[in-house]
Amino acid sequence: MTEHVTLTVNGQRREAEVEPRRLLVQLIREDFELTGTHVGCDTSQCGACTVHVDGKAIKSCAMLAVQADGSTITTIEGMAPEEGYHPLQQAFWEKHGLQCGFCTPGMIMVAADLLARNANPSDDEIRHALEGNFCRCTGYQNIVAAIREAARTMQAGATAPTPASSQA
Amino acid sequence: MTTDILGSSVKRTEDPKFITGKGRYLDDIKLTGMVHMSILRSPYAHANIRSIDTTAAKAMPGVLAVIVGADIPYNPLPMAWPAGGASGLQNNVNTPRVLATDDVKWTGEGVAAVIAETPEQAVDALDVIAVDWEPLPTVVDSEKATQPGAPQLHENAPNNIVFDWTVGDKAGTDAAIDNAEVVVRQRIVNQRLIPNPMEVRGDIGWYNPGTEEYTVWMSSQTPHIQRLLLTAFVTGIPEHKVRVIAPDVGGAFGTKIFCYADMALVMFASKLVGGRPVKWVETRRENYQSTIHGRDHITYLEIAGKKDGEITGLRVKTYANLGGRLSTIGPGIPTTLYGRVLAGPYKFPNVHCEVIGVYTNTTFVDAYRGAGRPEATYVVERAMDLFADEIGMDHAAIRRKNFLPNDAFPYDNPSGLGTAVNGEKVYIDSGNYEPALDKALTIVDYYLLDEKRAEARKRGKYLGVGLSTYIEICGVAPSKWIGAVGEGWGAAMWESANLKVHLTGKIILTMGTQPQGQGHETTYAQIISSELGVPMEDIIVQHSDTQGTPFGYGSYGSRTSSVGSTAAIKAAGKVREKAKRYAAHMLEASVEDIEVDGANYRVKGSPDKVKTIQEIAFAIDLGFSLPDGMEPYLDETAYHDTPNTTWPFGTHIAIVEIDEETGHVDLVRYVAVDDVGNKINPMIVDGQLHGGIAQGVGQALWEGAIYSDDGQLQSGSMMDYAMPRAAWFPNLELDETVTPSPVNPIGVKGVGEAGAIASTAAVSNAVIDALSPLGIKHLDMPYTAQTVWRAIQGAKGGAAGAADHTNGSNGKGGQA
Amino acid sequence: MIPAAFEYTRPATLDDAIAAVGAGGKVIAGGQSILPLLKLRVAAADRLIDIGRIKELNGYRPRPDGSLEIGALTTYAELQAATPWSTVADAIDEIGDVQVRNRGTIGGSIAHADPGSDFPAIALAFDGTAVLRGPNGEREVPLDGFFEGPFTTGIGPDEILVAIRRPAVAADAAFAYRKLAQPASGYSIVGVAALVAMSGGKVSHARVALTGVGEVAYRAKGVEEALLGSDGGDAAIAAAAAHATDGVTVNADIHADAAYRAAMAIVYTKRAIEGALGR
Repeated sequence: MTEHVTLTVNGQRREAEVEPRRLLVQLIREDFELTGTHVGCDTSQCGACTVHVDGKAIKSCAMLAVQADGSTITTIEGMAPEEGYHPLQQAFWEKHGLQCGFCTPGMIMVAADLLARNANPSDDEIRHALEGNFCRCTGYQNIVAAIREAARTMQAGATAPTPASSQA
Repeated sequence: MTTDILGSSVKRTEDPKFITGKGRYLDDIKLTGMVHMSILRSPYAHANIRSIDTTAAKAMPGVLAVIVGADIPYNPLPMAWPAGGASGLQNNVNTPRVLATDDVKWTGEGVAAVIAETPEQAVDALDVIAVDWEPLPTVVDSEKATQPGAPQLHENAPNNIVFDWTVGDKAGTDAAIDNAEVVVRQRIVNQRLIPNPMEVRGDIGWYNPGTEEYTVWMSSQTPHIQRLLLTAFVTGIPEHKVRVIAPDVGGAFGTKIFCYADMALVMFASKLVGGRPVKWVETRRENYQSTIHGRDHITYLEIAGKKDGEITGLRVKTYANLGGRLSTIGPGIPTTLYGRVLAGPYKFPNVHCEVIGVYTNTTFVDAYRGAGRPEATYVVERAMDLFADEIGMDHAAIRRKNFLPNDAFPYDNPSGLGTAVNGEKVYIDSGNYEPALDKALTIVDYYLLDEKRAEARKRGKYLGVGLSTYIEICGVAPSKWIGAVGEGWGAAMWESANLKVHLTGKIILTMGTQPQGQGHETTYAQIISSELGVPMEDIIVQHSDTQGTPFGYGSYGSRTSSVGSTAAIKAAGKVREKAKRYAAHMLEASVEDIEVDGANYRVKGSPDKVKTIQEIAFAIDLGFSLPDGMEPYLDETAYHDTPNTTWPFGTHIAIVEIDEETGHVDLVRYVAVDDVGNKINPMIVDGQLHGGIAQGVGQALWEGAIYSDDGQLQSGSMMDYAMPRAAWFPNLELDETVTPSPVNPIGVKGVGEAGAIASTAAVSNAVIDALSPLGIKHLDMPYTAQTVWRAIQGAKGGAAGAADHTNGSNGKGGQA
Repeated sequence: MIPAAFEYTRPATLDDAIAAVGAGGKVIAGGQSILPLLKLRVAAADRLIDIGRIKELNGYRPRPDGSLEIGALTTYAELQAATPWSTVADAIDEIGDVQVRNRGTIGGSIAHADPGSDFPAIALAFDGTAVLRGPNGEREVPLDGFFEGPFTTGIGPDEILVAIRRPAVAADAAFAYRKLAQPASGYSIVGVAALVAMSGGKVSHARVALTGVGEVAYRAKGVEEALLGSDGGDAAIAAAAAHATDGVTVNADIHADAAYRAAMAIVYTKRAIEGALGR
């Protein structure tokens, strides 16, 4: 017995027939073949599967595909503009924020959620925001540096007429 | 233009795919007709299998086959590194079968496998396989396992002993200890760890019935070695009929060096189902049970010396837990890579080490980042603090007093480098230990820390400072030495490189090494760019496919930068020599008159007579006008067997604060001054150090595999095994000294493991230092809040405290 | 990683959901608790009833009398954004992680009744009540007494938790949450929520609730009684905190044995009260 789901994934309408037990991460990886979203654990600890559902970072291994029916999903593959990279992607590259790369998509997705809420986070706030994402390669140091750098470039690049608008 | 590229922090060429989600890891591969495998694992740590009924499973939807051990005609997995040297009991090797047949020795050993159309169907069918178990008594502690009356795992291993290995001068060390002014004794435990690369392991096996050839994709550090082991030792399939490919590897830290049962199982399964590719990817829970663990030593140390701090002897007896059966090089880790480096950076005149390798009802233990050296560093660095505390000496001063002097190198230490069998030795290649110590002490204002201790006390905290002045052995090793110390056919240690300059001047370097996040594609390209004067973007580095090079040993033991790079440099040198000969031909000059400046080959004294390597390659590759005796194509292969090992060193200092009320340990500062020789890419070196330090800190403070007495892995998932998180670390402060290694042309040493080797001891020493005002002299890791709180309570005489926190818990502490 | 198969229904209305629950099945909202258990196959369900789209279960509704109703589907992140209490927002910040807070619901936390879950203690400190809807209408029950055992609550087999309410908060009361987290899972080994008011130099209101310590989150009434009417000084706080585990069978696991947990219950009770009193 399957259910029909329709989602918007990285701006495109996608449909699939899924078993109710199918996890969102399986739908993304196996049905939609967007394999940048990874599975690193089976207990919702590691955060490698983080995607945005309706603009919020969630762990796609802890959500059923049927629960996401009708949602708008952004994965790592949907982060970059037509040309070049998202400032977070660029900063992870510049600051050596990745080694094996396996945790990187989840890190970038959770960092994007943070920067949407807090445009100028402190190092402590960045580290706190990464509590649901594990990295075994970097000791987190250059991930923190990359997110800090991305925040800086995004703020510099923001053309809002009221510069104070991002400060709560 | 490009000569400066060596040593510069260029951005990694591999990153664009990873930051955009275009990396391709094992589980990302989807092949036509692919089916899925799931493995039924033992719920018991020790049991006989009376029978297995797969009838119901075979009838489940989508199931193509159910396999049990008896179906598989393969040999047990190989064990490639017996302890060797002076050990006895070498005829008791017990390794896993592809699936267990008669009995299981740990929870998680595979007993049956289901092949089905979908992963869901494969997992569902596991639930209806009926195994009739006969549970047996269990033992999980290596020391207890050797005692009379302990449950016996293997008939050929009385008292569960795999080997009893010794190294060093026993008589000299015994005498040093018997005659010493001061002896300190301590039992210390280096707890079992679960390595936890973020990508778990997995394989895809594909048998092509038309050619009778197999292709195996695996998340591996060693594709060439696995092809050799799987063909020559496990399956009997001819080596030339198997191709092994490692796609992007999402971290490994040692776990993906080895030959695992599942690799052979996917090969068998694919043939069984008529040549459909069979994919198996472990779950994290499976990874915790059936991929190797690390460490797990129980050690009795005795350190002897004079009241002025001069150490005269170190005697160590270690029980090394190797698990229920042996992993590929399990016995080599606590012997050669541990016992032989127990002297650290010190001029100890006498060292003796006995290691008893032990079978227990636990997951097998093998190399995890540092592999033997973190355990050795932990022993010797704890011993230095114990001795210093006994005589009332400063922790930095005692290290300085015992450091090897600068003129000691090359040095063969008394803990075994110089006593290898067959006269083969390696040496500590270089060292200059005091500047790193001084730099680290200066950075932390070491001699002003007492004020900070006092200030912390006012806040209800104990502040502690811990030093770790480590050395480690990298770039292992001359193959003849490895052969002599016992490592056999599984892994010599040379490396290969193939360099092709194609017609358009684009370069492909193919290596036998195997990255898992270290940035090899960038650093090798930097080397070739520097060697040949071509831009980075014209160079691609390939690896990971047994079709790519004749053979290669993969990446582990921090060997790639020293051994692999030298192979690449040799290949580049051969290319340059051939290009020079052809330039002479093109420019009508003699070879001796050609001078090479980056990519330009010109005639001495005639600056306008010049050809670029791209022009030369074009002409050689076309072959329209080759000089007599020159073969077409600019394509050279080089092999490099290193003449010696390399020895990074440094001083790490950790500062911790302990909450008196809760026992919570907060790492407040971490300073590392490392000497890894010259650097190909300092940014990548720093990244390796960060990650290594974090893993070592993880061992000291949070991580530990916990078994119940009946062999259940209680820390069986990430819900119960504490992976280090970002918020638990301060900014790591790195600095350096640079003592180039004389072993290789670029003076590098290797950096993959240094951080993990140094940091555990630094943090451990800091915690004990913090607790020393309470009279606590040792405490076993990890320093969870509960463990530390209990020690504090015990020291204060609280009823809740345990009594085992003090020096000499074995009852032998104090002065001799 | 792969749950056993189950049926799935997503009722459009609360009445449909109540009817579905009556017919049998497990309720899923954010799924942050139940899905990991299903994936490990340590829990199973024949049918999941997804109440996640029922709009009337959303909402943060302050009422004129100072009381508050929070819809069961309110996520941690939504509550964090809505609450005017920065100390409550800080407490929620210690629950799970960013992704869990974006998806996990307060109703799910209360209904799941994990012994190490944080939100039940927070809600208990505010004298929270559970609003339950069944085929025979709605009833409101105090959370004090609602948690019957690990993963067991007073929700009837045909009922759905629709909201959490709290009465108006005592004047000048201040809140603090202090937590000793299990380092791997992030759940509480000890979590203590304190809502305390001073009036005329005396403690005029005291609610202290603990989670992680016993088999359910509970109000430490011995602590509250000792604190109430005291001067709120260090000695009074210490004396009150000593009652943190009165009458409670303290949990033990590989992360914290009973002695340590009990000792930390006292330390964190003290710290939570100090926090609420601005110290």
